[in-house]
Amino acid sequence: MAIVKTERHAEMPPPVTQTGVIGWLRQNMFSNWLSSVLTIVAIYIVWQAASSFVSYTVINANFAGVTKDDCTGTGACWVFIKARFGQNMYGFYPVDERWRVNIGYVMGAVGLFLVLSDTVKSKKWPAVFLFGIYPVICYFLFFGGFGLEQVETSEWGGLFLTLVLASVSIFVALPLGIVLALGRRSDMPVVRMICVGFIELVRGVPLISVLFMASVMLPLFLPEGTNFDKLVRALVGMSLFSAAYMAEVVRGGLQAIPKGQLEAANSLGLGYWQSMGLIVLPQALKISIPAIVNTFIGLFKDTTLVSIVGLLDLLSVVKAGTTDKNWLGLATEGYVFVAATFWVFCFGMSRYSIWLENKLHTGHKR
Amino acid sequence: MTVDVSGQPRGAGDSMLRDPKVRAVFFQILVIVLFLAFVFYVGNNAVVNLEKRGIASGFGFLSQPAGFGIGIVLLVDYNAQVSTHGDVLLIGVINTLAVATSGIVLATLIGFVFGVLRLSNNWIVNKIAAVYIEIVRNIPLLVQLLFWYFAVLSVLPRVKQSINFGDTLFINNRGVNFPSIVPETGFMFVVLAFFAGIVGSVLVAKWARKRQELTGQQFPVLWTSIGIIIGLPVIVSFALGVPMHLDYAALRGFNFQGGWILEPEFLALLIGLSIYTGAFIAEIVRAGINAVSHGQTEAAGSLGLRSNTTMRLVVLPQALRVIIPPLTSQYLNLLKNSSLATAIGYADITAIFAGTTLNQTGQAIEVIAITMAFYLSMSLTISMFMNWYNNRIALVER
Repeated sequence: MAIVKTERHAEMPPPVTQTGVIGWLRQNMFSNWLSSVLTIVAIYIVWQAASSFVSYTVINANFAGVTKDDCTGTGACWVFIKARFGQNMYGFYPVDERWRVNIGYVMGAVGLFLVLSDTVKSKKWPAVFLFGIYPVICYFLFFGGFGLEQVETSEWGGLFLTLVLASVSIFVALPLGIVLALGRRSDMPVVRMICVGFIELVRGVPLISVLFMASVMLPLFLPEGTNFDKLVRALVGMSLFSAAYMAEVVRGGLQAIPKGQLEAANSLGLGYWQSMGLIVLPQALKISIPAIVNTFIGLFKDTTLVSIVGLLDLLSVVKAGTTDKNWLGLATEGYVFVAATFWVFCFGMSRYSIWLENKLHTGHKR
Repeated sequence: MTVDVSGQPRGAGDSMLRDPKVRAVFFQILVIVLFLAFVFYVGNNAVVNLEKRGIASGFGFLSQPAGFGIGIVLLVDYNAQVSTHGDVLLIGVINTLAVATSGIVLATLIGFVFGVLRLSNNWIVNKIAAVYIEIVRNIPLLVQLLFWYFAVLSVLPRVKQSINFGDTLFINNRGVNFPSIVPETGFMFVVLAFFAGIVGSVLVAKWARKRQELTGQQFPVLWTSIGIIIGLPVIVSFALGVPMHLDYAALRGFNFQGGWILEPEFLALLIGLSIYTGAFIAEIVRAGINAVSHGQTEAAGSLGLRSNTTMRLVVLPQALRVIIPPLTSQYLNLLKNSSLATAIGYADITAIFAGTTLNQTGQAIEVIAITMAFYLSMSLTISMFMNWYNNRIALVER
């Protein structure tokens, strides 16, 4: 008499405690008693933080109205941001002329999309437009000329000025950084010394002192009577500062290119500039794009420092608003607004850089 | 070395022009000439401009009276009428170093804690760390500093309504007051005992390492060191009849008298700098620990090491090699970012020396040169120390 089962038992589902929501919870939140305590404490903290944040920014906040007296709730007074929104975005740019800035935004956005997007294959004309034609158009569009009323740079401000500072600085800093990086790796000791000296000097001091230097000492170093626009001074400081950082990023890319590439280019009869421009730099720049984006994020955040040398960027316009006697006591709302604006830009860019990194690394992934 | 491919004989002049060595020399001479011309042009303009504006040159202003008040003065005596711009420079340097060193310590602590939390198996703890890092890294430091100063510390209760912790700790919108230690005669010996404890623990660690190499026996170095460093001063202080007392802060008139105070400017700068830099350090720590291959942990486990021993003896020493170089640049960033003090009125070198002194004397070139020299030398000191540490822990290869 056989009591041994001959056929195989049907497969059972795994225990309930190991699958689905319960299994996931047990594995990821209550795996041992320490983890369970941490989870409960963490949930309490998150609940407290999230509920007070939501009640401050949304539930008890004030959205309607035009003056501070309309803010009767206990939460944030977003009326403050709403009432000064135009100034926060454009500074003292004349209200009737703000369409020019908006057109510049739209053109820039289209150009950026065409250059960065994956679907557009031919990058030549978008790049020529974005880096060649667009800056010229913007100069006349924002500053005036060709029948457009002139708007002095002292009237520029808000988020507009922040974007101008960031884009012009990167536009100048990238080529300058490439030249400095090539100079640092050059065989000629004099060139190398000058480039190393510049890069290390600039990287060793804070941006504020560079900006102070640009705003106080630049007029001293130029022939008498040359009068410089405040914005241009800040731009010179920021561009030189970020060029030094860009140079180090590009140098990292150059170092990653095997020497054989340069030797192969030389053996084909290409000169220095040809082999650099056609062989080495395209590869080096491609692998350093994520790092360049990260440097740009840093540069974008650093534009807030121009408020210290008296330019009216987004931060200083909002800060000036918090000291307006009609809107006293709203510092929190102002800074939360600035922080949120910068966060959206920087977080977006950092996601883009991560996406790009993954895209470029497909070959090495396991 | 040009290779003649055309097959035609080359002229002597032609080969000179095409020789890379000759070209390099020529190009470098050109660069030197251009550089010198630039320096001469700029220097000449500066001299002319300074003369036109009647601004003195040289470093004489350092011994002239400053004539302005400074909010936060540590370690030195400062009097607006008597003290000179040289004293202002000294105070600025001390204040910068004070906030930078405490910031580096605090940021490292925050960074390592959140870096490890970011790797936690606990989903919610992991995500909290991720949210902290992603929020803080993507908001400009200046905005965060202004937020802490104007939106958090400035709206604390007034002095009269201070938040009171058992009459010893007071928090109000003028800062945090806490009791200070007032030394009496013989306090020197307690301080000496403390340093003797540090020296002693170093010696114990050396002896313990040598003994372990010889005999394989381990010695509880950590606990012994803590015991010596804390115990020795305590014993000495009791032997001398406790040569110190506490000075409690107390409300007299409109303000607190006695005790020590942490000003809101200092606090805002310290909190802002360490939270901001801490987020970057947390990412560095996470990347460093991730860089240690999982095989190392498994190998340690198969040798019978427990998880915390594995972390301490196997994973961390290898992770540190990856962590130290980027950590150094974060320390340098923190030092340089401390110059944002000027935005919230903390009296660091940039605010009072490159700010007020520059405006009063007008000697921009000298003032900016001194300020930059200070930051450069501090940067170099930090990099040298970190490079020394990096070399010490670096992988020793054949």
